[in-house]
Amino acid sequence: MKCQRCPKPATLHITEVLPGDKYEEFHFCEDCAKKYLYPAGTGQKSKGMGIEVGDDPSTLQCRQCGIKFVEFRNSGRLGCAHDYEHFAAELLPLFESIHGDTRHTGKRPRRGAARPPEQNELVQLRRKLQEAVSDEAYEAAAALRDRIRVLEESAAGTDFR
Amino acid sequence: MNLDSLLPNLGEWLRGTGPESDVVVSTRIRLARNLADLPFTTRADHHQKAEIEQRVREAVAKSDIAPKLEYLSVMGLMPLDRLFLVERQLISRELANALEGPRGVAFDSRESVSVMVNEEDHLRIQVMRSGMSLDETWEQITAVDDSLEARLPYAFHERFGYLTACPTNVGTGMRASVMLHLPALGITKQIEKVFKALQKINLVVRGLYGEGSRASGDLYQISNQVTLGKSEPRLLSEIREVIAMILQYERQARTVLLKERRQAEHDRVARAIGTLGSATMITAEETMELLSAVRLGIHLRLLDDLPPTTLNQLFIHTQSAHLQKLAGKALDGEDRNAERAKYLRNRLRDLGATPQ
Repeated sequence: MKCQRCPKPATLHITEVLPGDKYEEFHFCEDCAKKYLYPAGTGQKSKGMGIEVGDDPSTLQCRQCGIKFVEFRNSGRLGCAHDYEHFAAELLPLFESIHGDTRHTGKRPRRGAARPPEQNELVQLRRKLQEAVSDEAYEAAAALRDRIRVLEESAAGTDFR
Repeated sequence: MNLDSLLPNLGEWLRGTGPESDVVVSTRIRLARNLADLPFTTRADHHQKAEIEQRVREAVAKSDIAPKLEYLSVMGLMPLDRLFLVERQLISRELANALEGPRGVAFDSRESVSVMVNEEDHLRIQVMRSGMSLDETWEQITAVDDSLEARLPYAFHERFGYLTACPTNVGTGMRASVMLHLPALGITKQIEKVFKALQKINLVVRGLYGEGSRASGDLYQISNQVTLGKSEPRLLSEIREVIAMILQYERQARTVLLKERRQAEHDRVARAIGTLGSATMITAEETMELLSAVRLGIHLRLLDDLPPTTLNQLFIHTQSAHLQKLAGKALDGEDRNAERAKYLRNRLRDLGATPQ
């Protein structure tokens, strides 16, 4: 198949989802695909894909390992554990798009640092809630959600730790 | 450790036994872990990498992990030995060649448990088993993880879970893969359809040697993509459900093959054996394809001289580094293809493998 815009072979096939369950297909070579996805003047901002970022995150830098957020964006690799705190606001939408979630519900280290007991309970409850929702046990889910709200309010402001 | 002593053994993943082994080759789970107080590997200098290596080695040595793991530094290995470990799935291609500085792997004599040090993450713990064995593999790897965690301060975050160099692994740090042999879905041209369905439910399909490798010999690895937000048991049960479905499709396709084109399939298997037993030059790729036909032939009972274990041995021994070790010399290009053909001719003659 040839590229729609030039004689080169099409290597990228893009399906745009339009309103009303309509689709439009494009077939481009790599160069034309880049021009399509990153139109001149919009910098690296893509059409509907990639990471949405706040105001100029390229200047952000981790105090511990010294990595700049822009370096992470180029390499896809973070520099140290602290980056998850320093770049949290920038990383959250990324987690959402990769994992569809932003909160760990799995295994925890056994000798994990001392934590407020309600935080432990919250983690457990959130896990149970998620599983209840997946299992479509909505009554149980509602009860869990109410309990989580109570705990969250009592622990307000300590979301991250 | 003398790596040549591993040569006659089949690693755990090639034992050819275990549940559903007519379709499932092996199960593998890996956990990505990092030390909390040092930069991730890509950002660590030589000195820091040496410290990470030292601390992990000590933790491994003092741990109660059974079976016992022995540590091997990759820096001290010749390129051929590195490739040998890659072919046995004990280390990644990146750890073998792309990465620099102090790094290595600890593994047991059955080649079931391995811990890579200073890969993309400080620790990449891996457990492999033959056949479909997600629960047992998880039980074993979580015990290994606990044992190391008792001696190493892991980077763990209340909200984000285990912290990893790449955000695609954050949370559980777990990638569970099941390697499947799906020749009948390939022959009946249903494989694309199956994989399209997989992508919709966030599972990834890869070739034999992991990320970026293309599927050869009808071998595919199915693994989870998501690592954050779902617990390990939930992730495993999602994979389990999908594998059960694929197994059903593959077996149905095999039944159809036997019913509708038994003669043609028999001919294909016979020709595969014929080529393997008589070629004077053969590439690794062609070998994989022919062995795939033979493997299917065994399970369809079109041929009964070869146990699956022997087939797995032919498979691993014809990989480039294994072949050169068996030959006792470095071989390249045409020489390697000639050596591979010679090995296969001799082995098949000794085995007396003939189509039924």
